[in-house]
Amino acid sequence: MLATASYVFAICVLVKTQIGEGIAAPFQSALDPAGIQAKRILDLWHLTLTVCCVVFAAILIACLIALLRAPRAGRETPADISSTLNAEPRLRRSVIAATVVSVVLLFGLVFADVLTDRALSRLPVADAVHIELTGHQWWWEARYAADEGAPAFTVANELHVPVGRPVVVSLVAADVIHTFWAPNLHGKKDMIPGRSATIEFRADRAGSYRGQCAEFCGVQHALMAFVVVADPAADYEAWAARQREASPTPVGALEARGQQLFMTGSCARCHTISGTPATGRLGPDLTHFASRGTLAAGTLVNDRDALARWITDPGALKPAAMMPPTRLAPSDLHALVAYLETLR
Amino acid sequence: MTNATTTADKGAALLDGPDASPHVREALAATWRDPPGLIGMLCAINHKTIARRFMTTTFVFFILGGLLALAMRTQLARPDARLIDPGLYNELFTMHGTTMMFLFAVPVMQAVAGFLVPLMIGSRSVAFPRMNAYAYWVFLFGGILLFGSLAVNAAPAAGWFSYVPLAGPDYSTGKGTDIWAQMITFTELSGLLEAIVLTTTIFKLRAPGMSLNRMPLFVWATLVTQFMVIFAMPSVMLCSTALILDRLVGTHFYNPAKGGDVLLWQHLFWFFGHPEVYLIFIPPLGFISSIIPTFARRPVFGYPAMVLSLIATAFLAFGLWVHHMFATNIPELGKSFFTAASLMIAIPSAIQIFCWIGTLWTGRLNLKTPLYFVLAFFFILVLGGLTGLMLASVPLDLQVHDTYFVVAHLHYVLIGGAVFPLFGAFYYWFPKFTGRMLDETLGRWNFWLFFIGFNVAFFPMHLLGLQGMPRRVWTYPHGMGWDGMNLAATIGAWTIAASVLLFIVNVVTSYRRGAHAPADPWGGGTLEWSVASVPPPHNFDAIPVVHGRDPLWESTAQPQFVAGLAADAREVLATSVLDARPDHRPLFPAPSIWPFLSALATTVLFIGSIYTPWAVVWASAPVALAMIAWFWPKRRENARAVARERRP
Repeated sequence: MLATASYVFAICVLVKTQIGEGIAAPFQSALDPAGIQAKRILDLWHLTLTVCCVVFAAILIACLIALLRAPRAGRETPADISSTLNAEPRLRRSVIAATVVSVVLLFGLVFADVLTDRALSRLPVADAVHIELTGHQWWWEARYAADEGAPAFTVANELHVPVGRPVVVSLVAADVIHTFWAPNLHGKKDMIPGRSATIEFRADRAGSYRGQCAEFCGVQHALMAFVVVADPAADYEAWAARQREASPTPVGALEARGQQLFMTGSCARCHTISGTPATGRLGPDLTHFASRGTLAAGTLVNDRDALARWITDPGALKPAAMMPPTRLAPSDLHALVAYLETLR
Repeated sequence: MTNATTTADKGAALLDGPDASPHVREALAATWRDPPGLIGMLCAINHKTIARRFMTTTFVFFILGGLLALAMRTQLARPDARLIDPGLYNELFTMHGTTMMFLFAVPVMQAVAGFLVPLMIGSRSVAFPRMNAYAYWVFLFGGILLFGSLAVNAAPAAGWFSYVPLAGPDYSTGKGTDIWAQMITFTELSGLLEAIVLTTTIFKLRAPGMSLNRMPLFVWATLVTQFMVIFAMPSVMLCSTALILDRLVGTHFYNPAKGGDVLLWQHLFWFFGHPEVYLIFIPPLGFISSIIPTFARRPVFGYPAMVLSLIATAFLAFGLWVHHMFATNIPELGKSFFTAASLMIAIPSAIQIFCWIGTLWTGRLNLKTPLYFVLAFFFILVLGGLTGLMLASVPLDLQVHDTYFVVAHLHYVLIGGAVFPLFGAFYYWFPKFTGRMLDETLGRWNFWLFFIGFNVAFFPMHLLGLQGMPRRVWTYPHGMGWDGMNLAATIGAWTIAASVLLFIVNVVTSYRRGAHAPADPWGGGTLEWSVASVPPPHNFDAIPVVHGRDPLWESTAQPQFVAGLAADAREVLATSVLDARPDHRPLFPAPSIWPFLSALATTVLFIGSIYTPWAVVWASAPVALAMIAWFWPKRRENARAVARERRP
């Protein structure tokens, strides 16, 4: 019994220190908000956690006292059936009081929940950045809407947003249900085939925030991540301006051969590179592929070595990935990778 | 004098009663015993035989489901592990959830009730004993179908919740999801039939004097649960049938391109799925209300409040389903309603917890293993209930929905709320099931390993969820800050496995060499403790008359027994629904092979329909034939029944 008690306290202490001091993973955590929406949810979390800890402690203490104070008995101890004859007013009052307290606390929690919910849905979005985000098995396609006369553009698996400016993301599912979730910025929202939904958030602190699909979406649900990069306004504008441009024409002979391989091989059937004949829509848009930090929806770091391995055999790195393996001579692979690396 | 009257005259000599001769007792046992031999096993309909098989079968599924979980936890012990590939991992978690929900948690509660309810209410049988046997066989064949699919590498992999379109014809090719949907049909058919058996038993077969307000709380919990089954399960049969039609016949219930709706699945599934949690959770409340009074040596405090709480829980449970769908785009105001309802269901549970604590507070405690498992409930279930309050809040749910926080929550609720009390119930009623006592020392080891292992396995998952780890992932990258807690969870899972192994050792050794149990090893107050452990085939030599809520503790009033039921025929006493006044003496059917054969024919129909819709047509012929044979009236039995009628 004492062991139980000490165990309980150990766990309570653990909860308090872990959550209170936020020693969470730096870049995918609901406990480390980087925007107003996630902050509001975390405040509600702290309130709810406190209420729940108090209730939990009260119930356990009542249980422990009951166990410690009640005399011991054996199976032969005759059952005390006096309660069937006499009322037990003190016990009755205690149970009623505990029930009333529970009801009051629950109403308090409902009230706090509704207030937070209302605040979340009232984020001002007058000058918002509009993004249409499509979930595919198993990657993300983001189409940035035309903004103050500047044309629209498409990226994949890495969103940039300006700090301090609201973002409205329209959520679309290309195949099955996916869920958009970047916990440092906001809670999650489902992408449901045949239904439209939006999520509004605002990043208030610059940084990279990882997110991943939260609804089970098939074999490779686990490796369907993305990054939201919150940039200061000027950096964001510079990034957006670069993304709107067509891809650069390769200058070196090696890169030119790589481009030719891309266009004549199977790559161009699935991928788009604006400014070239490649207009495939099945896979991610690669126009500014080399500007992204990761490869294969957050599975690999985007460097030369990983890219070569990915092109050769995607299934070895991300089993069941839709991209087929491509057999190329080493020199051809080298040229293709060199070309892709120019797509900054 | 005709043959019939001769039989009746002989029968008249063989009537039961408190003062009947040993000869009558033997006649009763011979009448109610299942036939011997292999064929006899297939013909068995005694409720205790069927319930023991049912419990054993569900427990085997519990072990299998647990092994699947161990494999998953082993894969997740380290980041970037490649022990299990993603396709197999998805099959594992689909099978784990499906097994635990459909093949273990709901049916095991019905199985235990099938054994205990007649004993607790003073009856010789459940109502519709042949249908009870049929329900068991259908359940068994459905479970074998599911695990057969895993053995031949055709297991479902779309999750136990089978969300469309992932589970639809375009994204789940192969037969896995069809098998899943038909497994639902098997288990829900079985579950619905059991619900009919149990509600009828409770309403019509209670001993005289056991009015509704004197029923043991476990019987109340069972009654409430079976009503929920009757209202909840048709919803999942409907949605799984629509799914199988989409997949096999080309309908478009869930295809938005043709006017179907993806969210329709979620509404129908959770309209069943949320009450299902309470189907699993309410019977254990009955276990606790049975165990606490016995070991606190006093009746439970607040009986009327307990009953009303059970009923309130059952009603509210049907108003919560949308809290599984807070991340969808349904209207916000609607979500607020479900937040309020989800928080309000905490009130009846809280009332029961307060009443139990009050009972312990004012009792004298006999601290035995069953009580330990019940005390763990106060720690684990309360914690799970409190995290449930967090999930009921729309904003908090938006963060923790579909993360390991939910995995932690649901295991705290289902293991703390159902499995711990169930283990307590096994320790408590094992003497009644087998005639032997389980070993106390092994019981304590079993308990502590389970309790500690459970918390080590599942507590860290709360934090994992808050730190961004989603559910249903076959692996996770290194450097997310999740490594240590995942390792702890895996160690905890293996500790639970060790604990369950100890339980099995305890059951096997005690079953063979354990101490013989007296009729009433714990000093309980309900009727099942008035008969021998193991109870005779006919349960009661004479049907008791009940004068209070704990008949064995207040057994002074007269009369104590009813006399006059036939000992050489399966005659039972039916009583009125509210006050349990003697009503009439129906004659129950004898053992028969036809429930088994009907279940086989039903199995052919269900499995055949996975491969061709025409199976529904041609395979219904054997089902009809088997059931006609089942219900075919026999001249001899008819004559006996007529002979027993007495004109007023």
